[in-house]
Amino acid sequence: MSDEARRLKPVDVVVVGGGWAGSIMAKEMTEAGRSVVMLERGPDRSTAADGAYPASIDELEANFRYKLFQDLSKNTVTIRNNANQTALPYRRMAAFLPGEGVGGAGLHWSGVHFRIPPDDLRLRSRVIEKYGAGFIPEGMNLQDYGVTYEELEPFFDKAEKVFGTAGEAYKVNNEVVGQGNVFSPSRSDHFPLPPLKDVYTAHLFRKAATEAGFHPYSLPAANASQQYTNPYGVQMGPCNFCGYCSGYACYMYSKASPNVNILPVLRRHPLFELRPDCHVLKVERDSTGTRATGVTYTDADGKVVTQPAEMVILTAFQFHNVRLMLLSGIGKPYDPVRNEGVVGRNFVYQNVTTSTVWLDPKVETNQYIGAGGGGVAFDDFNSENFDHGPLGFVGGSPVWVNQAGVKAIAGAHAGGPPGTPRWGSAWKAGMIDTYRHSLRIDAHGANMAYRDVYLDLDPTWKDAYGQPLLRMTFDWKDNDIRMNRYVVDKIGDVAKAMGARDVHLTKREFGSPFDTRQYQTTHLGGGAVMGTDPQTSALNRYMQSWDVHNVFVIGANAFPQGTGYNPTGMVAALAYWAAHHIRTTYLAHPGPLAG
Amino acid sequence: MRGVWKCGLRPMAAALLALSALGNQPARAQDTPPRPELVTRGEYVAQAADCAACHTMPGGAPFAGGLAFHLPTGTLYAPNITPDAQAGIGGYSEAEFIRAVRNGIRRDGATLYPAMPYPSYARMTDDDLHALYAYFMQGVRPVATPVVQDGMHWPLSMRWPLTVWRRLFAPDPAVTLKGATARTFPDPLVARGAYLVEGPGHCGACHTPRAVTMQEKALTAEDGPLYLSGGAPVDGWRPVSLRGENRTGLGRWSEQDIVRFLATGRMPLGAAFGGMTDAINHGTQHMTADDQLAIARYLKTLSPTMPARAPGWAYDPAATSALRAGDVSARGARHYVDSCAACHRTDGHGYPTTFPPLAGNPVVMDPAPDSLIRIVLEGNTLRATKQAPSAFVMPGFAARMDDAAVADTVSFIRAAWGNDAPAVSVADVARIRRSLSPEHPPASLPMN
Repeated sequence: MSDEARRLKPVDVVVVGGGWAGSIMAKEMTEAGRSVVMLERGPDRSTAADGAYPASIDELEANFRYKLFQDLSKNTVTIRNNANQTALPYRRMAAFLPGEGVGGAGLHWSGVHFRIPPDDLRLRSRVIEKYGAGFIPEGMNLQDYGVTYEELEPFFDKAEKVFGTAGEAYKVNNEVVGQGNVFSPSRSDHFPLPPLKDVYTAHLFRKAATEAGFHPYSLPAANASQQYTNPYGVQMGPCNFCGYCSGYACYMYSKASPNVNILPVLRRHPLFELRPDCHVLKVERDSTGTRATGVTYTDADGKVVTQPAEMVILTAFQFHNVRLMLLSGIGKPYDPVRNEGVVGRNFVYQNVTTSTVWLDPKVETNQYIGAGGGGVAFDDFNSENFDHGPLGFVGGSPVWVNQAGVKAIAGAHAGGPPGTPRWGSAWKAGMIDTYRHSLRIDAHGANMAYRDVYLDLDPTWKDAYGQPLLRMTFDWKDNDIRMNRYVVDKIGDVAKAMGARDVHLTKREFGSPFDTRQYQTTHLGGGAVMGTDPQTSALNRYMQSWDVHNVFVIGANAFPQGTGYNPTGMVAALAYWAAHHIRTTYLAHPGPLAG
Repeated sequence: MRGVWKCGLRPMAAALLALSALGNQPARAQDTPPRPELVTRGEYVAQAADCAACHTMPGGAPFAGGLAFHLPTGTLYAPNITPDAQAGIGGYSEAEFIRAVRNGIRRDGATLYPAMPYPSYARMTDDDLHALYAYFMQGVRPVATPVVQDGMHWPLSMRWPLTVWRRLFAPDPAVTLKGATARTFPDPLVARGAYLVEGPGHCGACHTPRAVTMQEKALTAEDGPLYLSGGAPVDGWRPVSLRGENRTGLGRWSEQDIVRFLATGRMPLGAAFGGMTDAINHGTQHMTADDQLAIARYLKTLSPTMPARAPGWAYDPAATSALRAGDVSARGARHYVDSCAACHRTDGHGYPTTFPPLAGNPVVMDPAPDSLIRIVLEGNTLRATKQAPSAFVMPGFAARMDDAAVADTVSFIRAAWGNDAPAVSVADVARIRRSLSPEHPPASLPMN
């Protein structure tokens, strides 16, 4: 296809994907004086159009017809539980919801904005130190990121300031300064905004979790708790807890998004050009195969175009980054049989289950109120904050009330307690009781990486452009199910302290396979991970391809295994981290930054 | 003086021209050749004089004209003032150019419609006009698309009555310039501000009331307290008083408030809308901080038009207390809570400078409710500027609220928080709704 493609005038940097990672990298590269073209597969998007109130808060359009999400009729993935099955295409949005359009997942996200537990960055080393190498289950590819919390801290700080993140610190410069998460590492500065107010259910949870002996804290939220002006000079409005966050463009300009927080400045920059509706087909390489020469894409009119560039930065969604590497021959594809290759290796998900607590019928839980990033959590069973020795599993899970605003259709979908009829007056009574008097508590757990869980190109199914779909081979493993069941039991303790009338604890069941039909989370990770060993990582610790030095790949694809936290804060920090090293080292001396 | 877009071939042609010139590549700073200092200074004068507001269409080639003014007498199109010899002003000598700008006389001797604010431009200095001419000849790309004037109805399609008008009402530049040098000011900054406001800035074109014969009732601060005391609605927007009235003018705006407003379109007491959006976009945001301050200091010298009859605005929490107690019995209170309070808050303070306050906002208390009604019906876009890159869009409510609901809502806003401005009638809303042009653009939406 490249032979027929129209070649455009070269630019310094082409950025593939218009979400958080792409916008951060484009901003950083223009600051460094480089010309940047950002290619986005989907349409351009803005608050003025997609967030125009009141049309913007149409739950049917947003959450059930997936206005801001990927068009699966053009491109999707195939899924199977194990290598003995034939994968089939994911044709209907359900388990996970990849975004599309300028802003990407950063436009439709909720806004939970975490850093990462320092132990998670060196989980393999930490587990071996604490429990010995024999503690790691057979077939688990436990790895370190190759970067430490101390190295990333300035970039977490920068991202929080750009996002206008609301939260309460525990330690700043190693001094206890507030009621934040006692398990969180020291920070160089406070959050730029104070935490969001607790909604009523979060208030109850905070009290009950304390009584149960845990250490609750306010979820760090990129939902502005006050109006805010970020270091780029852009303004955010204050969150009014309307609850229309996940799946929506925030009409109050209070949920951080690339569209609100970075692109207003970038769009005015003379070195920046955004091209929406451009679907990248592959990264082009020179005859040696070790240097990228640009990308080839189909534009809005369906014409195939080559954009030459000195540098290619892949910033698409996690699995699209992996697929582009596979389609472009960047890095060795993973072979689970021979346990060789790196692209597609260590594909991970997140291990989330939601339990429901019913309170006294006199207590109105007001679940229609909410903020996507707000709530109260405790980390007593996350990361290495507890002794896994007697428990026999790796990984952990924060627990939280993250009341993001239950809307009408979702409330009706949720229905009543288990066993309630699915129609008629009993259904109606159960649904109303649940909507008015219940609350939900999540165990938002990590998912470990395994040798036989991976991504590769599907041998059968192709997308609208004739390219093979990406194939997911994924199932839950006993280690992760044990972790989930252990942590969910703790939710029972909190529910008891709340004086619950009824509790439904949702746990993973042994032998129950990954089910694509139920929404779980869009926090997919891995597949092109970072690390210090080219045999087990596709990217070095600067997010640079080991094999093609002028290709950087930014996203949750870099996580060697899952974490209990939402990934966006880590992705943003990794973007600023990579950009810092590109600006301070790579641009002057292009070549491998590690090796 | 802003117009409303005329949908038609002319704007499209201009847009196409602009597109074909843009190409695919981002502009590279190093590709732009250095310009003589005079041309750069002329560009600054063009910004101070806000030439682009009328002579450049959004998305169109700079100064290629075509902006439509819907006047009671017909439709007038702003001409092409690029240096194209046929379609534009490329054939003008500097003297002819200066005569057109200051005297309103076209190269062929015909009189320009006073939509061109030559009564104000008469005050512009030789130096500024020399630079402006250099800019238009050397700094602007010629565009060969002519603008055809075919929208004025007889008898005002004839030019000779304009000549009579000009001789009666337009100042003689020679006299004007002499008078300007004779004026004394408390400090040089005020003098500079007076020049910018009364001259190139032509603020009075909108903000000073006009006589039945359409001339501004005052052209400078020296002409008395009607100067900048608020103009008749232009395109449905009512330009407010820029004088020192406490409630309806700039009485409670500090110098720094005004500077911030001119630079960003937003300050703690309010936000820009209507024609001022263009004035800021093309004009004031590009001014130096010194010039913005000069304008502010000068405006602060303008006393209230009349001695205040009512005490100055003071916040009254009664409406806030009622709304917080769930009392929506006041006229329009329920609509306010349902449709306005998320951003402007039940206390009317809004979230300045993101969502402007309604409590104590001069526009809200203005004797003429036109702007307020129109904003509720149509919404408004606070545009991004160099210093404030975020745009904010208020949705319009025309499709959701009937005239009675809008009248109730606007009356509530005008009454609450100590605003104490008279209620509006359903007929007022109906009148404004009728005036909304069906051609009104889906204003090019900001992209944040």
